[in-house]
Amino acid sequence: MAQNKQIHEKDSVVVKFVGDSGDGMQLLGTLFSDTAALMGNDIATFPDYPAEIRAPHNSIAGVSGFQVHIGKETRIIGDSCDVLVAMNPASLKANLKWVRKGGVILTDIDAYNAGALEKAGYSSNPLEDSTLSSYMVVSPAITTMAKETAMALGMDVKDAARTKNMFCLGMIYYIFNFDLDIPFKLLDKRFAKKPGVSDVNKKVMEKGFNFAETLEVFASTCHIAKVNLPKGRYRNITGNTATAWGLLAAAERSGHKLFLGSYPITPATDILIELAKHKSLGAKVFQAEDEIAGICSAIGASFAGALACTSTSGPGLSLKTEALGLAVMAELPLVVVDVQRGGPSTGLPTKTEQADLGMALFGRNGEAQCIVVAAASPGDCFYQAFNAAKLAMENMTPVILLTDGYIGQGSELFRIPKIADMPTITPPVAKANDPDYTPYRRDAETLVRQWAIPGTEGLRHRIGGLEKTDIYGAVSTDPQNHALMVQNRKDKVMRLASRIPKQEVMGEPEGDLLLVSWGSTKGQIQTAIKEVQGTGKKIGHAHFTNIMPLPANTADIFKRFKNILVCELNGGQFAGYLRMTHPQYQYQQCNKIQGLPFTVEELVNVIKNQIK
Amino acid sequence: MSYNTIERSKEQLTKEDFASDQMVKWCPGCGNHAILAAIENVFPQIGYKKENFCFVSGIGCSSRFPYYVNTYGFHSIHGRANAIATGVRLFNRGLSVWVATGDGDSLAIGGNHFIHVIRRNIDINIMLFNNEIYGLTKGQYSPTSPLGKVTKSSPQGTIEHPFTVGELVLGAQGTFFARVLDTNSKFISEVMLEAAKHDGTSVVEMLQNCIIFNDGAHKYITAKENRDDTQLYLKQGEPMIFGKDRNKGIKLGEHGLEVVTVGENGIAETDLLVHDMYRFDPGIHLMLAKMKPPHFPIALGVIRSANAPTYDQLLANQIDEAQATGKIKCVDDLLNSGDTWEI
Repeated sequence: MAQNKQIHEKDSVVVKFVGDSGDGMQLLGTLFSDTAALMGNDIATFPDYPAEIRAPHNSIAGVSGFQVHIGKETRIIGDSCDVLVAMNPASLKANLKWVRKGGVILTDIDAYNAGALEKAGYSSNPLEDSTLSSYMVVSPAITTMAKETAMALGMDVKDAARTKNMFCLGMIYYIFNFDLDIPFKLLDKRFAKKPGVSDVNKKVMEKGFNFAETLEVFASTCHIAKVNLPKGRYRNITGNTATAWGLLAAAERSGHKLFLGSYPITPATDILIELAKHKSLGAKVFQAEDEIAGICSAIGASFAGALACTSTSGPGLSLKTEALGLAVMAELPLVVVDVQRGGPSTGLPTKTEQADLGMALFGRNGEAQCIVVAAASPGDCFYQAFNAAKLAMENMTPVILLTDGYIGQGSELFRIPKIADMPTITPPVAKANDPDYTPYRRDAETLVRQWAIPGTEGLRHRIGGLEKTDIYGAVSTDPQNHALMVQNRKDKVMRLASRIPKQEVMGEPEGDLLLVSWGSTKGQIQTAIKEVQGTGKKIGHAHFTNIMPLPANTADIFKRFKNILVCELNGGQFAGYLRMTHPQYQYQQCNKIQGLPFTVEELVNVIKNQIK
Repeated sequence: MSYNTIERSKEQLTKEDFASDQMVKWCPGCGNHAILAAIENVFPQIGYKKENFCFVSGIGCSSRFPYYVNTYGFHSIHGRANAIATGVRLFNRGLSVWVATGDGDSLAIGGNHFIHVIRRNIDINIMLFNNEIYGLTKGQYSPTSPLGKVTKSSPQGTIEHPFTVGELVLGAQGTFFARVLDTNSKFISEVMLEAAKHDGTSVVEMLQNCIIFNDGAHKYITAKENRDDTQLYLKQGEPMIFGKDRNKGIKLGEHGLEVVTVGENGIAETDLLVHDMYRFDPGIHLMLAKMKPPHFPIALGVIRSANAPTYDQLLANQIDEAQATGKIKCVDDLLNSGDTWEI
């Protein structure tokens, strides 16, 4: 038993669980983060898994991981980890570069046999040579101890060996002074139908906890600071779930039931899966035969009066582009969610990138403006999905919502809103037997046409992909009419610039450097700016949610800074768009295309360079 | 029953109720005119409120159909009509959804949607105009053009095997397949009425003549001088008899269907196959759908009308069940479900 136990206070800590895909790393990470949240910490999580479902056992290709950042304020998942839980040599090898020097590595010595070491590409055992000399390594015989405990409770050898992850988790809970009551309750819930399994897992976890207590190396443990957030009711939520729920909220608020037409694609599939669970809310979810049928069924449902959505990732958006043009032309509301991943082509399916912006803005034949919005964090996906639905329905046009693999699959604490407090959504539905109804008559101010829903008396009409006459909607190739209709469709979107919220600037409202960003990079940039405070330079940050159109005050912001640095996870697509729309300013670029989020360290270095 | 989910018209409608004010721009002599007339005639008989009919089409000559009939209509993009119609019908089961499409639209660029809408048995009515040619792009071969067909894009003749529409429909587990000729508007109306009554995807293949780019493509079955011998009109519960002298018939032999002559070789009318479009097993329907001259007549009318659950009904059932038993009644419930805590 360790004597004189000391407890250190820490603001935050990053823990990464890594092992073979199939070792239960996602479960481990989720249990840990849920426990932390219930203990009162802020949390951010991110799964890191291979595209292969079960790559060869003990191979680097088969390493799956789950990173958790807990503490007082955790708006990002963290550049490097303080604690790495590695279940085998391959996972250690693949993740060592992410461990902070001096960090804790907890690994299972039982997994370091000759075969596993060779598969991981280690010529000598890293637990025995100097590979890990800069870290605090704890490598007990985890499998042996877990197996013993589980088998004593009657579990068979194979299942018993699998409880090693619970043993690790028990040890980690000890290090952070967590109460085991909370994970016990979570396990009971998860294995509600198999109470025996839950009991064994609990016992093994407790064993790990008690074992950690005996280790000298953990004589001092730490206590993680509680979250500092506004009062309210909270939950943990991933971006994809938040997107699904935001769409459901918009359906309820607008009175137009949700229809999702979608085709499975990483990393967007969870939206389809989540919505398929909620038929009790009247949502109709259709898994189509392909991406094209996904969007086309949604367009059909939109014509029929639905809040219609399709969810996808880059390759799927490529396939949907022709149909998206149809929705622009027919002027039907539609929400297209693109959970971006590394591209082009199949690219890096499980990794993150912001490289579909150009396609969202310009990827259609003809002059075909879509509204484009982007979510900044997992929780923000809820609000932006709601916002996208509101914009689509009230403006009778498709909206592309850009999220990405990082925020789509990552999670954070989310303050639960009340639906009654959400904005109203009032689509321009045409009234039955309105003698003045014609398909392309527009509101003089907004240029929005009316939604005449099939089945409504007295409003029979035809729409389609062919150019139509202004007001009346007959097929037309008249040159002047075409010019007018193109302009109307464009202006309808551009006039929104003054109705959407003004662009905000965080930090200094004017000064030396304006950081410009959009989408999932907000957390890293905010954290980096905090780290360079005190340099005497005035730094502002404009993080864009509304991309097409840009808010009307964008130029007012840009003109107040000496330098503008556009940070994004692509080759400079937003910077290029700003050069096109606001050519009077100079834009510096900070780009990363590695399938990974920015690290705070990278951004700090770039900012320091800029203000030198 | 689809009749139950669609509100009927209180007054008797007439064909004028469905006449469009748009100029019909198909070529004079095009087979589509007769099909349009048939639809205007049959919609009042079907009896739904006129606002409850909805046409969806893709691209091609036939896909201009929605502009020429006064219903809700959506002229979409090439190949996608069946996918769009799926969304319309799944979202609102109160609509009678009709797809106007062609052999290029549904069997080439839209082939995937065509087989999947049929497989799911979504309650829509597909009018497949088969003229065995791309008309709107001015004369290239289509997936139904016969092998060797010389067209602008196959100057030496095609080197690909055509689809037989009925075979494809039945292969995709279709529950309703019928075939009509564009020359007989009254018969088209009768068949369309059956299609409308059917719960599930109905496919009516309309052998249609493109007078400009493929004139006479169906002449081998439509020519006056031999049409009695090349056309078999199927009637439910009746023996399959055809021919100028009404003495030829279809018999199920040891190796498949056979053409026999009643009164010869001891064949009596009672030996002939009796049409049963409601039979669930598609074996005979498939044989009938594949018949064609010179060895057989072509089968016309409703070949298959089998009863199977529709996707839209099953989806509605799942929603009803979820709403009756689910604990989450509104989005506030959803947001507060699972683990939540106060800060």
